[in-house]
Amino acid sequence: MIEIRNLTKSFGSNLVWEDVAFDIEDGETVAIIGRSGCGKSVLVKHLNALMYPDSGEVVIDGKNVFDLEYVELRKMRQRFGVLFQGSALFDSLNTFENIAFPLRYFSELDEAQIKQKVEEALEMVNLAGTGDRSPAELSGGMRRRVALARATILQPDFLIYDEPTSGLDPQTSDEINQLIISMAENLNITSIVVTHDIHSVLKIADRVAYLEEQKLYWHGTVEELRKSDNKKLIDFITASEYQIRS
Amino acid sequence: MEALEKLGKYSLLLYRSLRSLYEVNTYKKNLVSELLKIGYESVPIVLLTGVFTGAVMTIQTAYQLDIAFIPISVIGAITSESLLIELAAVITSLVLAGKVGARIATELGTMRVSEQIDALESMGFNSVSYLVLPRVLAGLIMFPLLYIFASVSGIIGGVVAGYLSGALPPAEFMSGAREFFFPWDVTFGILKAFVFGYVITSVSCFKGYYATGGAEGVGQSTTQATVLSCIYVLLADFVLAAVFL
Repeated sequence: MIEIRNLTKSFGSNLVWEDVAFDIEDGETVAIIGRSGCGKSVLVKHLNALMYPDSGEVVIDGKNVFDLEYVELRKMRQRFGVLFQGSALFDSLNTFENIAFPLRYFSELDEAQIKQKVEEALEMVNLAGTGDRSPAELSGGMRRRVALARATILQPDFLIYDEPTSGLDPQTSDEINQLIISMAENLNITSIVVTHDIHSVLKIADRVAYLEEQKLYWHGTVEELRKSDNKKLIDFITASEYQIRS
Repeated sequence: MEALEKLGKYSLLLYRSLRSLYEVNTYKKNLVSELLKIGYESVPIVLLTGVFTGAVMTIQTAYQLDIAFIPISVIGAITSESLLIELAAVITSLVLAGKVGARIATELGTMRVSEQIDALESMGFNSVSYLVLPRVLAGLIMFPLLYIFASVSGIIGGVVAGYLSGALPPAEFMSGAREFFFPWDVTFGILKAFVFGYVITSVSCFKGYYATGGAEGVGQSTTQATVLSCIYVLLADFVLAAVFL
């Protein structure tokens, strides 16, 4: 379980958000939504201490991640997989090497076992046979799937998706959504999804956190979201032209 | 205040690099790659710079010392001394600040803005050990070697230019060079190259590692890395000369 306790973050004199507090239960999928620039990606970068807050805590298994020594922090980070907005594949490595990268450094597997695991991972994201391609030769959707394979190769407890479907066509977005669902179900991973794609939210999430007015404006289950009459929330959702009550 | 903050960040980055020296498995592959990129791939430009610096130095010295009572072997002495003490290290480093510094800042800057460094950290990887340390170590190792190449090629360039221009025969050049050769000059040149290698790679790593703002930010970081490397090389050159000569 991840406990987010009264997080406040600002860049210089610009407040991003303050007093953000909610819990993420094991095995659930939480979507963090909000307008562009509201600090969704900044918030998730605090979960594994890629960023530090002005005040507040992120507690995982009773330990505040911001208090951890670097060696301990690195161990904790290995419990996370992160799918970055731009995929963040290593340009200098091909698809196979990108996925094999964490295994080479953090597992005791030999070359044959690594090859087998990477091929299984590529198959899982429907990209079998593309191991020798460089990231530049892949489409946006393919890059996301390779990044997803890399993020899950060490079987993390938590998986952070930063805008997993942004910039993708509806069909590819749907494929990514299906992958997120299957990851959560098959690997029992706790998922945190940053998105403003309401279609994705309603499809994949158990709970939703809505950032607005520099705070956690609304927080609840997807069912509560469907029934909510909060005007700001409804405005945000209907702006996506998706009729949640249809 | 901002300068102090940057100095603090730079010091912290280097401290983190030093602290991860024992993580050999993390950086050994990148170290080999950087040794080749900084060292082997720089040999042609270093040789070219050395040859032309030595050649021009010989011709200009011959022109300035065109006085009857000065033996022509002095041209060889002045050229070789200048190369060993100053020119081979400084001119080579200024050229490499452009070639090596720009490459390092661009590589790391691109990795930063495309979140590849965040990806490394999020895997539990020590990105400083993986990216910064091997580049700085490679600079420390290869710059002194490149200095030696530059010095030798500079002297060869001087000998050839002296012969082709008719200023002095090769035997006279080498006689002057030998007569005024002091081992300390080479030691001092190697020390300079060592310091310059550190300055260029560490400043470029710092600028690239903390790049912000997309393609434009990477461009700015690269420019700053190159310009600052050149300025700090010249400053370090002055300090070393003031302290050791």
